[in-house]
Amino acid sequence: MTAVGVAERLTGLVGALRAHGLRIGTGETVDAAQAMEALGFADRELLREGLAATLLHGTAQRPVFDPVFDLYFPRGVGAPQGQPTNREDLRDRLAAALTANDRAQMGQLAAEAVDGFGGYGNSPTSDGWSSHQTLEWLRPQTLLARVRTSIRAQGGNAGFTDRLLEDEIRQRIEGFRRQVAAEARRRVAERRGRDEIARRAVAPTADRVDFLFAGRAQLAELRRAVQPLARKLATRLAARRRRASRGTIDLRRTLRGSLSTGGVPMRPVLRRRRPVRPELVLLCDVSGSVSGFSDFTMLLVQALHDQFSKVRVFAFVNRLDEVTPLLTHGTADPEGLGTRIRDEATLTGWHGSSDYGVALGEFAERYGDAVGPRTTVFVLGDARTNMSDPNLPAVRHIAQRARRVYWLNPEQRSQWGTGDSAAPDYAELVEMHECRNAQQLSALVGRLLPI
Amino acid sequence: MFRSVDEVAARLAEAGYLASPAVATTVFLADRLGKPLLVEGPAGVGKTELAKAVAEVAGARLVRLQCYEGVDESRALYEWNHAKQLLRISAGRDESWDETRTDIFSEEFLLPRPLLTAIRGDDPKVLLIDETDKADVEVEGLLLEILSDFQVTVPELGTITATRRPFVVLTSNASRELSEALRRRCLFLHIGFPDEELERRIVRLKVPGLSQALAESVVRVVGALREMELRKVPSVAETIDWARTLLALGADTLDETVVRDTLGVLLKHQDDILRAAAKLDLDAV
Repeated sequence: MTAVGVAERLTGLVGALRAHGLRIGTGETVDAAQAMEALGFADRELLREGLAATLLHGTAQRPVFDPVFDLYFPRGVGAPQGQPTNREDLRDRLAAALTANDRAQMGQLAAEAVDGFGGYGNSPTSDGWSSHQTLEWLRPQTLLARVRTSIRAQGGNAGFTDRLLEDEIRQRIEGFRRQVAAEARRRVAERRGRDEIARRAVAPTADRVDFLFAGRAQLAELRRAVQPLARKLATRLAARRRRASRGTIDLRRTLRGSLSTGGVPMRPVLRRRRPVRPELVLLCDVSGSVSGFSDFTMLLVQALHDQFSKVRVFAFVNRLDEVTPLLTHGTADPEGLGTRIRDEATLTGWHGSSDYGVALGEFAERYGDAVGPRTTVFVLGDARTNMSDPNLPAVRHIAQRARRVYWLNPEQRSQWGTGDSAAPDYAELVEMHECRNAQQLSALVGRLLPI
Repeated sequence: MFRSVDEVAARLAEAGYLASPAVATTVFLADRLGKPLLVEGPAGVGKTELAKAVAEVAGARLVRLQCYEGVDESRALYEWNHAKQLLRISAGRDESWDETRTDIFSEEFLLPRPLLTAIRGDDPKVLLIDETDKADVEVEGLLLEILSDFQVTVPELGTITATRRPFVVLTSNASRELSEALRRRCLFLHIGFPDEELERRIVRLKVPGLSQALAESVVRVVGALREMELRKVPSVAETIDWARTLLALGADTLDETVVRDTLGVLLKHQDDILRAAAKLDLDAV
């Protein structure tokens, strides 16, 4: 690569990372260039680590960086060398590579597989390479039993650790699938231009994924982020609390203290705030459309439970029920939480679609005493009432009794009020915030939670 | 200090720290570019150890600033020695105030704290700012001048600039988001859990008495535990503890009883232990 080519490659990489919301300044780009100079181009993995060290600022950015790096500094160019292979031969070699856990060989096989089976289309504008098609052809998951048998036959795996074997092989296969996906991205990028693929085909960081469109894997990743996020929020809350406890000057105690210094108030005494014990009530829509959002928020609030004197959680679809016991700390299994809530609580009446009017009315009627002057109420949902009565008096009633009421809406603000959404009506009565991803949620929770 | 990445890895290994390629590369770059190194990662993966190992390799003195809630300028940077200043004032009764004033604000009356210590003097130093995330946001502002220009401004004395730049390592457990300004001045390194092969080497290095086969089993079990959804997954420190425990118990292979009895070394929460035991089929003895 020429010097100009390298600089262009680097700025292209930085541009793609910026498009994914990473904040990288010119200074860091210069550092990255110096790192490239110091490391050279001999070892691609060293280059990857060097660029990551200079360009990235946090752990969460790494999953975006790696695929983008693979596009701008690809392992190779064009199709792999060698003859086109048939399916059985490839599967045999893959099984051998999985048995030996040979990552380099697996990468090589991924390249061959995409080249052999991943291509589709036949005109220059519509063709491409598909990882999905490749994996459907190759079906690496069906190799599990075969790999297990051959590892056991080698005999290195007797005794206790034998039970771990299957999961380990599954992970290796999962790693191979990722290699295939990366390879397909690389081939497409050669055809369509790197910049476009880097912006479109690389998944955003988990905290910027829309709750409403998050897939299973992304939701699982979000669940794992609950504990660290809760810890961060707890320190933020503690800091806010500490600042808030420095109140105004207590004149009486300042003057009394000043008697020892001859009436000169040397040390001002601040009025101490009486510690309030905030209470929290969560009303969560857990119907299919927004359940990812509600589950995540419930887990987050539950992880923060020691910050409050009392947390009560209610779930609804078109009937409402209390689910606080299901969320008890430690016993809650985050994975199956949503299913358990829908199984064990009475949430639906005659039909299965959400009805905010009835649910909010039922809350005001049955659990009205859960809300008092110390209570902050969070309503989580998209406010889509399926054309039924939004029951504004019930909301007004709750808002009057509670200290604050906030509504977190996982829909884009521009969608509010379209179709059957009653968001604008509710927004007139209570403060409604757009809360589309984990990033927005943590910012809102840090700001809105009572202290 | 280093000529190549391989040399970094080799010399750190001599000091008893087995570095992954990512760690070695970043240490090499931090040295080459003269930038501070911000290390993040779960507890017990050897963030602080890295700073100690670098100090040993470079033959440098380790200056350590342990951050905690409420650490401030006078504990981190410098402080005037008030008692000595008072003595000096009362000792020189008959000189004019101007003379005294210039005298009592000289370096003699300055008590250097870690940050100032690290940039004064000509001997090589490694400055370790440990658990940066525990300190308050205001302290970060204090660090900025040191990390970007390696200088400290004392209003009464002027600016003290480092004659020899220390190698700076900041560690963080990410319990608080560090400010963007601080991150921008540093190279970022995330130390995660090591891969299987590296962890095996670490166990063999730290617990030499352990047999090859047992070390391998230990690492594989820990790897399986890390894949589970636990409240606190075991770290490298726990792996080593467990290996030592097994060695002390004289176990030469893993079996259900041994694992069940010693799971408490790896996992620190009762519900984690129960869940892991269920997943590992420990009750089917």
